[in-house]
Amino acid sequence: MQILIVAALICLVLSLIVDRKKTFTGIKRGAKMFLTLLPALLVVLSLVSIFIYLVPEKVITEYLGSNSGALGIVSAALIGSVSLIPGFVAFPLAGIMVSQGVSYTVVAVFITSLMMVGTLTLPLEIKYFGKKAAFMRNILSFFGAIIIGLMIGVFFR
Amino acid sequence: MKKKLLRDYFWVILFAVFVLGSFIFGFEPGKMIYANFRQFLAEIVILLPLMFLLIGLFDVWVPREKIERHIGHGSGPSGMFWVILLATVQPGPLYGAFPVAYILFKKGASARNIFIYLGAFSCMAIPMYAFEIGFLGVKFWFLRFTFSLLVFVSIGFIMERYVGKDFKIMAG
Repeated sequence: MQILIVAALICLVLSLIVDRKKTFTGIKRGAKMFLTLLPALLVVLSLVSIFIYLVPEKVITEYLGSNSGALGIVSAALIGSVSLIPGFVAFPLAGIMVSQGVSYTVVAVFITSLMMVGTLTLPLEIKYFGKKAAFMRNILSFFGAIIIGLMIGVFFR
Repeated sequence: MKKKLLRDYFWVILFAVFVLGSFIFGFEPGKMIYANFRQFLAEIVILLPLMFLLIGLFDVWVPREKIERHIGHGSGPSGMFWVILLATVQPGPLYGAFPVAYILFKKGASARNIFIYLGAFSCMAIPMYAFEIGFLGVKFWFLRFTFSLLVFVSIGFIMERYVGKDFKIMAG
């Protein structure tokens, strides 16, 4: 968190010194992206708030915590594969998941499969790459996401 | 404009009405859900402006065209380096990378490098680092970065063998 504040301030000051106009263009673009994503972010936050209320923390740690085993990992990979959530929303969501007791492995599997596997966009991918390559890339990415999550989990014990 | 705003915020407004109603009629679950919401929002609200500031600055300062010029020169290790670099400066959903993959293919990039490009595009976009570090920490970011790199470079090699020599990308 401190790193981010320092990094943002340094970048801002450097940018202002080098080119004031460019800096303001950049700030405007950032603000515009923020406003575009705001509704999606708020919806996800409200859904998570409802979910956390309905599902007790004990259940979350049991099924998605560090001792949850294969079930949590596979469900994270499946949910990540079929979802279309922009990274700007996915990372805040992942932060909340961790604070609610979800393991880093499960979060990593979810995030990675979300970004690498595209079930909903598969028809589009087939149009570009053909069936054979599109299916294979998604299958490999699915297992790749699980491997990445497991490897990260080793370092968070 | 107003209609669009209403459509974008439809679910948010619905949630707000639900919360407001819960407070008026003393509906306890609604109040507790709002307490969760406020806590989550507070965790995010401080970080988000900083992140979008960084993304905006990144957008105006990184010369994408210069990197694009290097693509297609050979399909060896240096080609791999340039496709990864190109991928990391373009944030966005994976399907945004498909048209670029077609252009890379036209420019003579190998199947391996094209699939490495797709992998790098999906997990290594630099603008997302601010988000990942802010919400999950430097350690998580570093580990995921390293292991993703290993995994999608391997996927590139496997895909190259799997699709064979007559591999081609259509214009979508």
